[in-house]
Amino acid sequence: MTLIQILLLIFFVFAVVKAFVQFRAGDIRLLGFVYWLAFWVAAAGIVVWPDATFVIANKIGIGRGADLVVYLALVVLFFSVFRLTAKVEKQKHEITELTRTLSLKENK
Amino acid sequence: MFVVIAAYNEEKSIGRVIRGLFENGFTKVVAVDDGSTDKTADEALRAGAMVVRHAINRGQGAALRTGNDYAFAHGADLVAHFDADGQFNPADIRIAEKLLRENNLDIVFGSRFLDARSKIPFSKKYFVLPIARLINFCITGVRLTDAHNGFRLMNRRAYEAITITQDRMAHNSEIVAKTRRAKLKYSECPVEVRYNEYGQSALGGLAILKDLLFGKIF
Repeated sequence: MTLIQILLLIFFVFAVVKAFVQFRAGDIRLLGFVYWLAFWVAAAGIVVWPDATFVIANKIGIGRGADLVVYLALVVLFFSVFRLTAKVEKQKHEITELTRTLSLKENK
Repeated sequence: MFVVIAAYNEEKSIGRVIRGLFENGFTKVVAVDDGSTDKTADEALRAGAMVVRHAINRGQGAALRTGNDYAFAHGADLVAHFDADGQFNPADIRIAEKLLRENNLDIVFGSRFLDARSKIPFSKKYFVLPIARLINFCITGVRLTDAHNGFRLMNRRAYEAITITQDRMAHNSEIVAKTRRAKLKYSECPVEVRYNEYGQSALGGLAILKDLLFGKIF
């Protein structure tokens, strides 16, 4: 096992622990915890057996397994940013609505 | 007729603006203090305006909508939007009102280009505003002689047809676009703008574009 694999695995363990603590504290629900657990376990799988991605990558026309992982990560990241932006915009509008309702209530 | 002023940290000018409106015979002045950190609300109250306070800053578009909601809930038949920094001339509201009532219009937009009173800075007149006009036309489909002029008059029909969802500066284009979509009767009237400081910068224009784009996507 190379140093980078060990470092990544340590980080994944840390991430899972963190998710568990959040679950215990009630910040995320069971489903959320299971999702993150599965995510980090899958990530660990790829780190320990990087060749496993090679098979899938080849099937869909990508040369290297590592490339597949990077492409997928990029797609997921971009999509997450899009969703986050949408959420932030929605919340901004909600805050404005709240501010307006409060101010109009105070000044009947 | 209600006059709605959106004000954010305008303690230096708001009192003068409100008194100017009273001197011109406007008795219903609503100042929306958009979460100012200075004494804007106190100054507005002292000058005799009705004051509605946003607990936190939400932007000019949001404040104007709050002002609209307040005014039309309190029996307004017509609302004028007026800037808090003293760049508009209160007498122009009467001219716009006359135009609106005589022609049965729903909304009237102020324009700096219909007479020669406004001393528009050179770069703005020949560079910034023509570009802004063109972009506005592309977005709204309405050809106006001015862009992003905060002076406007709207009746209840226009108020009910136009929901301002743009919290910051893009409400201006939004109102124009929705005027067209709702098939409201509109016109422009000449207004005087006194330049004491620079309004929208080119960078501000980009922020408006971003807001409009986001408004369409999200």
